[in-house]
Amino acid sequence: MSAFLTVNNLSAALHGFDQRVLRSVSFSIDTGEVLGLVGESGAGKSMIGKAILGILPSAISIIEGEILLDGQDLQKMKPADRRRFIGATAALIPQDPLTALNPSRRIEPQITNRLVDILGWSKANARVRALELLNEVHIDNPERVMGSYPHELSGGMRQRVLIASAFAANPKLVIADEPTTALDVTVQKQILRLIRELQERHSTAMVFVTHDLGVVSKVCQRLSVLYGGKIVENSSVPDFFAGPKHAYSRALLAATPKYTDPDASLLPVDEAVIEAVAAEVLASDKEWRHGG
Amino acid sequence: MSVTLIGAAVVVFFVIRVVPGNPIAMMLPPGATEEDIARLTAHYGLDKTIFEQFWIWLAGVFHGDFGTSISLRQPVMPLVLGRLPATLELAIFALVIAVVIGGAMALTGVRHRETRTETAIDVANGVGLSIPDFLWALILIVLFGVLMPVFHISGRISPSLDLPFVTQFYVFESIARLRFDLWWDLLKHMFMPALALAIPLAAIISQLLKQSLKETMHLDYVTLSRTKGYSENHVILSEALPNAVLPTLTLIGVQFTFLIGGTVIIERLFSYEGLGNMAIDAVINRDLPLIQGIVIVFALLFTIINLVVDMTYALLNPRLRHA
Repeated sequence: MSAFLTVNNLSAALHGFDQRVLRSVSFSIDTGEVLGLVGESGAGKSMIGKAILGILPSAISIIEGEILLDGQDLQKMKPADRRRFIGATAALIPQDPLTALNPSRRIEPQITNRLVDILGWSKANARVRALELLNEVHIDNPERVMGSYPHELSGGMRQRVLIASAFAANPKLVIADEPTTALDVTVQKQILRLIRELQERHSTAMVFVTHDLGVVSKVCQRLSVLYGGKIVENSSVPDFFAGPKHAYSRALLAATPKYTDPDASLLPVDEAVIEAVAAEVLASDKEWRHGG
Repeated sequence: MSVTLIGAAVVVFFVIRVVPGNPIAMMLPPGATEEDIARLTAHYGLDKTIFEQFWIWLAGVFHGDFGTSISLRQPVMPLVLGRLPATLELAIFALVIAVVIGGAMALTGVRHRETRTETAIDVANGVGLSIPDFLWALILIVLFGVLMPVFHISGRISPSLDLPFVTQFYVFESIARLRFDLWWDLLKHMFMPALALAIPLAAIISQLLKQSLKETMHLDYVTLSRTKGYSENHVILSEALPNAVLPTLTLIGVQFTFLIGGTVIIERLFSYEGLGNMAIDAVINRDLPLIQGIVIVFALLFTIINLVVDMTYALLNPRLRHA
């Protein structure tokens, strides 16, 4: 069976600059599979998710490569068709639940609007579905929450609402963009478990963007390590934690805190490693220029 | 609210008595004797001390008696209330024009942001803002009154028409009576003064609303609604606009009171029979009771506008609803 999402040789660049922000990124995900995108801040992890969903900032555009979602080449679609197709097929779990809900609208339309406006459900059916989903994300009083405004809910509650909203239309692909970064640690754990639960139940393909390797080990089957917008290592999760191949990946893994041995972990990434991986990225740029 | 009104009353009462000029001297024909002047001065109570005068006036106000106009020799309040509807209709019409033009420009600018269309809108805003309303009035008079005479440049309604009106709200009443011929005539009179008042306000609305819309368009919930498959127009109108409109609303409240202030000179330019025109006459004639009455009504109007803005704000912003 061919992969549900295939990203092929994808490059993106800032307008008017020669510099690429995504450097020939390729990966694929099957139905029901979770891919972790890992890297430090500015490595381009979120950028990949945004490129797939068609929400890149206006200053950045895709300059080459293709994104195949459910067999459809997104770059070849008309922008309006592409938006509707993405809206019907994929969903985003955003990073910051405090800013991702519209402050002047109640929760109910924010969960049901995609079902009603894009997928043509009746309002009554969409409401039933929303209540069902709020139950699935373990919200005790779904009726009350549906009628609330975002400012009346806690951060953890809002992220549950956003997860419910993401899974509402039975998307075949979910992009989780650091969904737990803005939450405190105790809530993080519940939210992670919840995302994993829904992903398994609906056998959704998922791109999980994070800088936390601990989270990757719990949620993902495979992972890609990014540096400077380039994938430096693709690996299955068990293989990666058994021994990463790339020096930068090894350094990242060593930098991850371990509760069992706090003194031996949290090592800063060695400068020599950074220089080496940066040189590798630049070399790939040269190759790309000559090739292209 | 009552504090504002009393404050306005006190300030105006004393300020207009400090300004030089004697209403009695303006009333009497040349050659009046000292005795005539003294008798008339006493008749209007102007021989008493300023504090006594204030006390008499204030006591009257609390009984609903705002005194008698010196120049028109009629009670002040019926005069003022008779003119107020004309000014209100003009100001509301101007506000509607400003909101429609300014809103449309802001939405167009955001829909086509970072293109030449947005630049053109910015230029138009700059022009609209840098020319004051009375100058717009003169430009409009030259353009649509003289070069292409499509609108009336003077008065509120053509004097040749029979008026069936029982209220002073001619525009509203003409609609209620389905007399669209009269309504059209009123509109042709009101259009230019209203537009002159509206242009600077439209530019302000356009600029502020466009700015806050552009900021809102970067927020996460707007991006999220894009991933749901909505068109850009839908995203702007139903996700961004309800939030972005709030600061503009506050500003409209403040600017609307300035606009009403602007009616004074605009009504004069177009000989429009409103409160502002009456205010200028009152000042020229040093008609102290009439000036006081007009100022009180304007002050009342401003406080009502502010109240309405605050209430609308609370209605649109759920975070303030229970506060």
